[in-house]
Amino acid sequence: MGFEEVAHTADWSVRVWGKDLNELLSEAARAMNTLAGIQTSESPFLKRIFVFESGDEDSLLIAFLTELIYFQEQENLAFSIFDIKNRDQQVTVTMRGSKIRKIEKVVKAVTWHNLKIRHTLRGYETEIVFDV
Amino acid sequence: MKLEDLVQVSEIEWEIPRHFRADMRVPVRLFATREQLLQIVNDRSLEQAVNAATLPGLVGHVIVMPDMHQGYGFPIGGIAATEYPTGVISPGAIGYDINCGVRLLASTLEFQSVKDDLDTLATLLNNYCPSGVGKAGAMKINLRELDRLLEGGSHWAQKKGFATDADLARTEETGRLKDADPSKVSDRAKKRGQDQVGSLGAGNHFIEVEVVDQVFDQKAVQVMGLHQGCLTLQIHCGSRGLGHQVCTDYVQRFQASVKKYGINLPDRELVCAPMDTQEGKDYLGAMRAAANFAFANRQILAHSARRAFEEAFRGKSSAHLYQVYDITHNMGKIETHEVDGKEIMVCVHRKGATRAFGPGSHELPSEYREIGQPVIIPGSMGTASWVLVGTEESMTRAFGSSCHGAGRMMSRSKAKHEVRGDQLRKDLEAKGIKIRAGSLPGLAEEAPQAYKDVDMVVETVVKAGIAKKVARLKPVVVIKG
Repeated sequence: MGFEEVAHTADWSVRVWGKDLNELLSEAARAMNTLAGIQTSESPFLKRIFVFESGDEDSLLIAFLTELIYFQEQENLAFSIFDIKNRDQQVTVTMRGSKIRKIEKVVKAVTWHNLKIRHTLRGYETEIVFDV
Repeated sequence: MKLEDLVQVSEIEWEIPRHFRADMRVPVRLFATREQLLQIVNDRSLEQAVNAATLPGLVGHVIVMPDMHQGYGFPIGGIAATEYPTGVISPGAIGYDINCGVRLLASTLEFQSVKDDLDTLATLLNNYCPSGVGKAGAMKINLRELDRLLEGGSHWAQKKGFATDADLARTEETGRLKDADPSKVSDRAKKRGQDQVGSLGAGNHFIEVEVVDQVFDQKAVQVMGLHQGCLTLQIHCGSRGLGHQVCTDYVQRFQASVKKYGINLPDRELVCAPMDTQEGKDYLGAMRAAANFAFANRQILAHSARRAFEEAFRGKSSAHLYQVYDITHNMGKIETHEVDGKEIMVCVHRKGATRAFGPGSHELPSEYREIGQPVIIPGSMGTASWVLVGTEESMTRAFGSSCHGAGRMMSRSKAKHEVRGDQLRKDLEAKGIKIRAGSLPGLAEEAPQAYKDVDMVVETVVKAGIAKKVARLKPVVVIKG
């Protein structure tokens, strides 16, 4: 799994890949936190739950990253460990993270621009454009 | 897309014909010099303009300004008008920062008489106008009060003692879009906005103190209350997390709407709904509420800036900041325009484009009806900003619109790679510009070299006849989140 930045004139674009959807989500979160320059404190891990009930993989990715932006803004929290369970058309993500000590950039939103999760030989891959 | 795909209409006007791609509903019209166009074709902004030309219900042309650059879905610097109410409204064609805009205030203080106090002013502005990443806000309000703010915009701010009658009169739509519907704004959006009222945020948002260094239209500057050498203040910000969440919510919801209404689009960020459907009406109500949040936000920041000015220049009666104008550059507005010889109602989507109504427009305050609407064009940090006015030609050729700034030409990563924030601060301070920045890497991303030449952008819109020069402003204090 991994990510790399893709040139974009005004906003942020990243290519993200992982062997499965769970890895793709985790790596997309890591990419977003890295681009935002987030550093977390050494405080004990805090846990939050994100539940996604309907929609395609693209919708799940957007909703998941949007949830992270929300926690970042409202609770000053960033997550680094994700336990993802997919049962009966419902995805539950248990997110563990810490308080943010430093952040360089605010991510306004996760866009749908040219978003398409592709199933490739190396697993799952997509490009994401963030509005910053 | 290549230069050869465009048809040259005049020295500074180009067209992508409707037949360029089968799904285009209208042609694309671009205002740019050949040099600017050569820069524009380096990114995907023209492809995004062609994508925008596929929205159902479009009339006239999709128009793009010389500050255009690649965005997401819809290009920055783009204007698209859809027939009201049968045409669509597209949240992605307005942007996440709903009613991002600019407010210009001015004093009668002479720069030369206060230049030794600018450091104090910079510190006070930085203290009184919350900025940066996160929840920093001037005030936290309860949800009932927030609903009143979403309905009232700057009028709500006036009731709370943050605005004067003159402020409201000199704000687009008097700082309140009618028919805002707070019930169409999600709880999550309200929660995000609740403690961000009166805050600047981060990114390319700023407060700048400037001096009028060149006057081009003596009559217009007199009407606006400006004069050569006077100190002004510009506020650039929008609807903060509340607006971002409104757009996020409706782009998500409209993914289903396009299927329901059989709309095929080349990019899911452009999803839309006809304005006469429940989805379309809901978004219009929510977008207007978010726009009102932004109007109130800039109004409260203006109040805080006035406090800083009056404290920094205590005892000087000329320290009062009065409003020149407040304009939006990310918005969908229902307006009447002439299309193919007929006056029709349209929804003008402006994303990174400024309304620029010409003389005689009834929407303008009486003092501006003769000269046209003030159009405020922020430059990049360290370069000039401009005050223009809209013209009759902007009405007939660009749905009453003009450019909105310099426009980026370098990615944020490249800017950070090429520019050191601490060095940039030293360079700007050596030019006499006081800087207060929350983040040095953030400062580097906004370096002047990351942007196009704002003077050339202005020259192009003036040459195209869609705006007229009034005055040029030179920065002396920059506050960035």
